[in-house]
Amino acid sequence: MTTTTVTLGNDTATERAPAPLAEVRDLTVRFVSREATVHAVNGVSFTLAPGEVLVILGESGSGKSVTLRALMRLLPPKRSIIEGRVRIAGHDVLALSPAALEDFRGGVASMIFQEPMTALDPVFTIGTQIAETIIRHEGVSRAEADRRALELLELVQIPSAKRRLAAYPHELSGGLRQRAMIAIALACRPKLLLADEPTTALDATVQIQILLLLRRLKEELGMGVIFVTHDLGVAGEIADRVAVMYAGRFVEAGEVAEVMKRPLHPYTQGLMGSTVHAGLRGSRLAAIPGAPPDLSRLPPGCAFAPRCAFAEAACRERLPQEKHLPPRHMARCIRVAA
Amino acid sequence: MSPVSASRDPRDRGGSAQPLLAVRDLTRHFVLARGFFGLGRSAGVVRAVDGVSFTVAKGETLGIVGESGCGKSTTARLLMRLIEPDSGEVVFDGESVGPGGMELREMRRQMQMVFQDSYASLNPRLPIEDSIAFAPIVHGVPKARARAKARDLLAAVGLAPDQFAQRYPHQLSGGQRQRVNIARALALEPRLIVLDEPVSALDKSVEAQVLNLLLDLKRDFGLTYVFISHDLNVVQFVSDRVLVMYLGRVVELGPVEAIYGAPRHPYTRALLASRPSMDPARRMTEPPLTGDPPNPINPPSGCRFRTRCAFAEAVCAEREPALAGAFAGDAHLAACHMTAAGSGHSRAPGRA
Ligand SMILES: Nc1ncnc2c1ncn2[C@@H]1O[C@H](COP(=O)(O)OP(=O)(O)OP(=O)(O)O)[C@@H](O)[C@H]1O
Ligand SMILES: Nc1ncnc2c1ncn2[C@@H]1O[C@H](COP(=O)(O)OP(=O)(O)OP(=O)(O)O)[C@@H](O)[C@H]1O
Ligand code: SF4
Ligand SMILES: [Mg+2]
Ligand SMILES: [Mg+2]
Repeated sequence: MTTTTVTLGNDTATERAPAPLAEVRDLTVRFVSREATVHAVNGVSFTLAPGEVLVILGESGSGKSVTLRALMRLLPPKRSIIEGRVRIAGHDVLALSPAALEDFRGGVASMIFQEPMTALDPVFTIGTQIAETIIRHEGVSRAEADRRALELLELVQIPSAKRRLAAYPHELSGGLRQRAMIAIALACRPKLLLADEPTTALDATVQIQILLLLRRLKEELGMGVIFVTHDLGVAGEIADRVAVMYAGRFVEAGEVAEVMKRPLHPYTQGLMGSTVHAGLRGSRLAAIPGAPPDLSRLPPGCAFAPRCAFAEAACRERLPQEKHLPPRHMARCIRVAA
Repeated sequence: MSPVSASRDPRDRGGSAQPLLAVRDLTRHFVLARGFFGLGRSAGVVRAVDGVSFTVAKGETLGIVGESGCGKSTTARLLMRLIEPDSGEVVFDGESVGPGGMELREMRRQMQMVFQDSYASLNPRLPIEDSIAFAPIVHGVPKARARAKARDLLAAVGLAPDQFAQRYPHQLSGGQRQRVNIARALALEPRLIVLDEPVSALDKSVEAQVLNLLLDLKRDFGLTYVFISHDLNVVQFVSDRVLVMYLGRVVELGPVEAIYGAPRHPYTRALLASRPSMDPARRMTEPPLTGDPPNPINPPSGCRFRTRCAFAEAVCAEREPALAGAFAGDAHLAACHMTAAGSGHSRAPGRA
């Protein structure tokens, strides 16, 4: 119980654990407009130990990106309402002043995205972008920043790193761009790396390279990582723990091997049954019927109930509580006996 | 729409032994204008599709896999004649498509396409029922009949006509829109459908629904599919035979069991090995390949894979390996000097 103290919800056992790197309690995010209120995140709680990789697995629109953005305070302040508690490396993130937020982003927590071009500036070379980031945060000399930039490109295994410092983003292939974005994210030695589907747009042979790179960097730098994906296989390659997200809630969470072997929630079970893999040829896929709910009109009970083969009246009436099973396995489903 | 069995299709010409589609040496290069993308150096030629040949038997699903930019979509667009080939031939059920042969209009009645982007391929201003009826009306089907048929097709793809016929594309989910695209492709009662990444934009739970639907429709309407995807698991699931592309060339082609069970080309092997394992206890430690696919503007000489291939030797830079089987009549073909007897590669089998 030294590193992976999981646990979601109000399990008081976690309070005894050594200081977690990140602690999130009852996080909710709503987007408010004249037409509707979108309930994007609806009470997410988890802790993350230093050096741990939590994968948030979920389908499109389930609230994965919004959760990550809330942790970085990257949501539009005028149109979004964030509630709950977010502590990262001792910082009360939701209370940070604008100046403190600047230091926090990059220095404590850093984020990488699916599309590197959104994080890279097309008019500056890779080397300049890394060096500027370091200078802004640490006030070191340009020469020192340049030296660190080269080190970083080598760290992320960009071939001919010295020459690539002078390259513009569009001159790099997709895989190299992703490595460059990782280098920038790591420039100020963050303690927490937030990764929003960083390999989804990459080819299979490049995706596995980046996953292995992230795994190695995590080991070497001892960072905590929260990695968002919709791909079970990606979770299998990189996660210590997984949380399965549906309609803005964690419906299941636990150690990756445990969740993959014994999924408890019907949604997780359905997701696994509908994931195409070898050996299914000639059979019908166990598709989940229907589609995820409209987040501006969430049903009162379990949001999965309308698609669930096991739903009972009780599922529709009240939100099922988190049920905790050993070893450190949580599911929000009334059928799970805790 | 009554189901037709492939064998009793009145449009069938050559019988079941004649491939529904035969593609010979299909080639399309794109000449880049000077200064394209601000490169400003020399104009380049993208060898998007470079001498691709294959056949698709009646009732079969041919899967096409390969990494981004290898020429999958260009191949699909060439099959549909949405772009013109530089050279090469497409033969549909024995009849050459193009000038002097089968007219495009007739070809498109028999061959339809479904694209990845379900949104962009539907007219946002038309209720989906009208989108589906559009092509039949253009082809002379009376309006009322085309509409009635559109509603039948909506039912066939699992969308209750009363609920969905009058909706606009933006009122549908991605999976529902893709069902509409499939219904639209079926409207002319084609014999062959080219599906270009039909489920890539969909969530897993919805992807499974659409894949099940495609298998049902294939059976009910006696269809033949060319199924393009970068997802090796999906291709394995749907295909009878699989074609692997790399930088505009076919590197391997064969029955699905052979490609997945005993791949011969080092690229196919690496591609298969790159799939993340679903088992956290057996994680990969080394990536099967390093580097990205090279730029298709100036592909390497000889074997295009040699810059990433662990087995490359001098001969691989000198000569391009031919796509060939291990023996006469072998249905499993690979383009690698290692599998070609007497090629000069140290691992090649001796000449028989
Ligand atoms: N700025 C915003 N204003 C209003 N609604 C938003 C905003 N950003 C996200 N949403 C909504 O919040 C919900 C959750 O979105 P989010 O981007 O977190 O999904 P996701 O799980 O990351 O999905 P994907 O896999 O497609 O990236 C969606 O319904 C989305 O439309
Ligand atoms: N109209 C065009 N003009 C110039 N280049 C083109 C054009 N269309 C395609 N290409 C190039 O041809 C090559 C093959 O593209 P194609 O779209 O066929 O690849 P693909 O295998 O479908 O890739 P993806 O998996 O990304 O869809 C790419 O390098 C692409 O940039
Ligand atoms: S021909 Fe040579 S370079 Fe190409 S795949 Fe075979 S061994 Fe590798
Ligand atoms: Mg997202
Ligand atoms: Mg394509």
